[in-house]
Amino acid sequence: MDVRLTSEQQQLRDAAAKLADDLGPGAVGELDDGERVARLEKTVAATGWRSLRSDGASGVEVALVAEEFGRGLVDVPFLGPVLADDLGHGSATIVVGGLAPDARGLGRGVWLDGGSVSAADLGEARPGVDLTRWAAPVSGGATVVGEVDPQRAQALALVVTAADILGAARGAFDLACDYAKVREQYGKAIGAYQSIAHMLAESLVLIEGSISILRYAAWAVDEEEPGVAAEAARVAKVYCAKSAHTICETSIQVHGGIGNTWECAAHVYLRRVLVSTGLWPVSLKEISVGLS
Amino acid sequence: MDFRDSAAELAFRQRLRAWLTEQAPNFPKSTEEYWARQGEWHQSLHAAGFFGATWPKEFGGLELPPVYDVIVDEELARAGAPPRPSLGYLVTGLGRHAGKDLQQRFLPGMIDGTQRWCQGFSEPGAGSDLASLTTTATLDGDEYVINGHKIWTSYSDVADWCLLLARTDKDVPRHKGISAFLVNMHQAGIEQRPLKMINGVSNEFGQVLFDGARVPASQMVGNPGDGWALAMTVVGHEREPSTLGYAARYEKTVNQLARKSAPSDELAWATVQVQVLRQHVRRRLSEQLDGISHGPEGSIDKLLMTWVEQSVGHAVLAQTGTADLDLFNTYLYSRSQSVMGGTSQIQKNIIAGRILRMAV
Repeated sequence: MDVRLTSEQQQLRDAAAKLADDLGPGAVGELDDGERVARLEKTVAATGWRSLRSDGASGVEVALVAEEFGRGLVDVPFLGPVLADDLGHGSATIVVGGLAPDARGLGRGVWLDGGSVSAADLGEARPGVDLTRWAAPVSGGATVVGEVDPQRAQALALVVTAADILGAARGAFDLACDYAKVREQYGKAIGAYQSIAHMLAESLVLIEGSISILRYAAWAVDEEEPGVAAEAARVAKVYCAKSAHTICETSIQVHGGIGNTWECAAHVYLRRVLVSTGLWPVSLKEISVGLS
Repeated sequence: MDFRDSAAELAFRQRLRAWLTEQAPNFPKSTEEYWARQGEWHQSLHAAGFFGATWPKEFGGLELPPVYDVIVDEELARAGAPPRPSLGYLVTGLGRHAGKDLQQRFLPGMIDGTQRWCQGFSEPGAGSDLASLTTTATLDGDEYVINGHKIWTSYSDVADWCLLLARTDKDVPRHKGISAFLVNMHQAGIEQRPLKMINGVSNEFGQVLFDGARVPASQMVGNPGDGWALAMTVVGHEREPSTLGYAARYEKTVNQLARKSAPSDELAWATVQVQVLRQHVRRRLSEQLDGISHGPEGSIDKLLMTWVEQSVGHAVLAQTGTADLDLFNTYLYSRSQSVMGGTSQIQKNIIAGRILRMAV
């Protein structure tokens, strides 16, 4: 047993982090910067990471990129195309419940129906609750285009959304920590008060727990029996989603009044977390209890 | 990256599983029997070659990678056996801070379980603020004379030896006047007062009154004033769930609840939490392969473990309420996890101050 990331996996994570830091929206105002988005799109396309699965990468690698892109609020498609690629359709994006949640610039959607893969054309993509990923409705008629192992595909979908959620939570947490060190009240940084410091300490514990459970679930996608992988993915998604929700709300609270304004990025992370939570949502009722 | 057992790990697991099957008829049947036979369990686990994974062979350890402790914990829980004795913090404390002579004299008996140990740190007036301790050790010839009052001393009533912190110098800053001693518990001048906890158990924690007890100066760990550094090592390791094997114990409770009662959100949430802790321990132990020695990160792990244990406690209440006395006591015991080994508030101070660099 050795669950450390390999050096190749660390390099991939670092490269994804750097790309997100360099070209992601550094502030809310940059979400509307079309030139930046075009540069980001071109760079992400050049990495080939949207086709990680068909290139033979494991769930761990896909999750690492998804996490760093969530942390950096990367606002061009990744989650959608990488899951569509897992279903064998590299140039499409994923559809769930008749909507493609990550469809900016993409015209074709695929989804899983039992073990069958269906495809259809998409309507126009627009930003909605999530300001970083644009959703598009299915507009054309569906055709069955293939077959896959549904449990493994479902496990990957849960793992990738959980990774996106964890990454966004880390982004919201970093934002809050930076703010707590510079914002002063009563003559000292607010992070020096236990009431603030303890909330942030709790957020870090939630992040570390999320990293641990997600790593196992991401590995399990390809290495465990499909049923075990699916259960691990459900556990990871429930924990990451619940933790991230708390972490984002904490970030808004630590920012005080500013945290409730449009200009503070805390809500952008929260929106992304909640939208990803709602993609293939997992309820506690679906968790198997007392198996081992 | 591999979450599976290697061939060697699998062989160890299978050997342990077979041994536990043989031992199963002898497992304690009640809480009283568990406490009474704790020392015997420690000795048999060691004699069979399953205890002390990471410790040096010269002191009776196995010199194996840390993940072997996870295997032991998982298999003990699976078999319904008593847990692995919690000793890592004492062994690590002596391993890092004691001279070779004291290590050779004391570690083998500590590890093989023939000598029982307790830890005399906390006092009625020195809980979270440990450095305010007032127990004194005064040099008299080639011995120190101990006077003071210790509390929350685990297993003090059955201990042969005590790792004791006492003040040897009142005239220096308080952290610098503390020294550590290895004190024989079988002597005049030591009075035991058991503490009965809210779950009704009085075997675990005690109070110890030192009134003129004596310890040879040669049984001081390190030099005068080195006690604080040892204390920080010990409490750092005391916090690490990876050295405690609690994930497997919690899993056992969750499985017990699942057999007894219908599913609920509380039980499902406890299941999720236990899985998180289980994978978290695996990640932390794997990181130790890099030689990373956790400092303040131990507080993250302790806090996570506390939340997990208390969610299991709440699952007990949700599933069986007050109907099952043993399970109810499991709930009551869970309340102490956010206090012992450093309160959750102290852990958050450590995380915020030393990891997040807030000026708390």
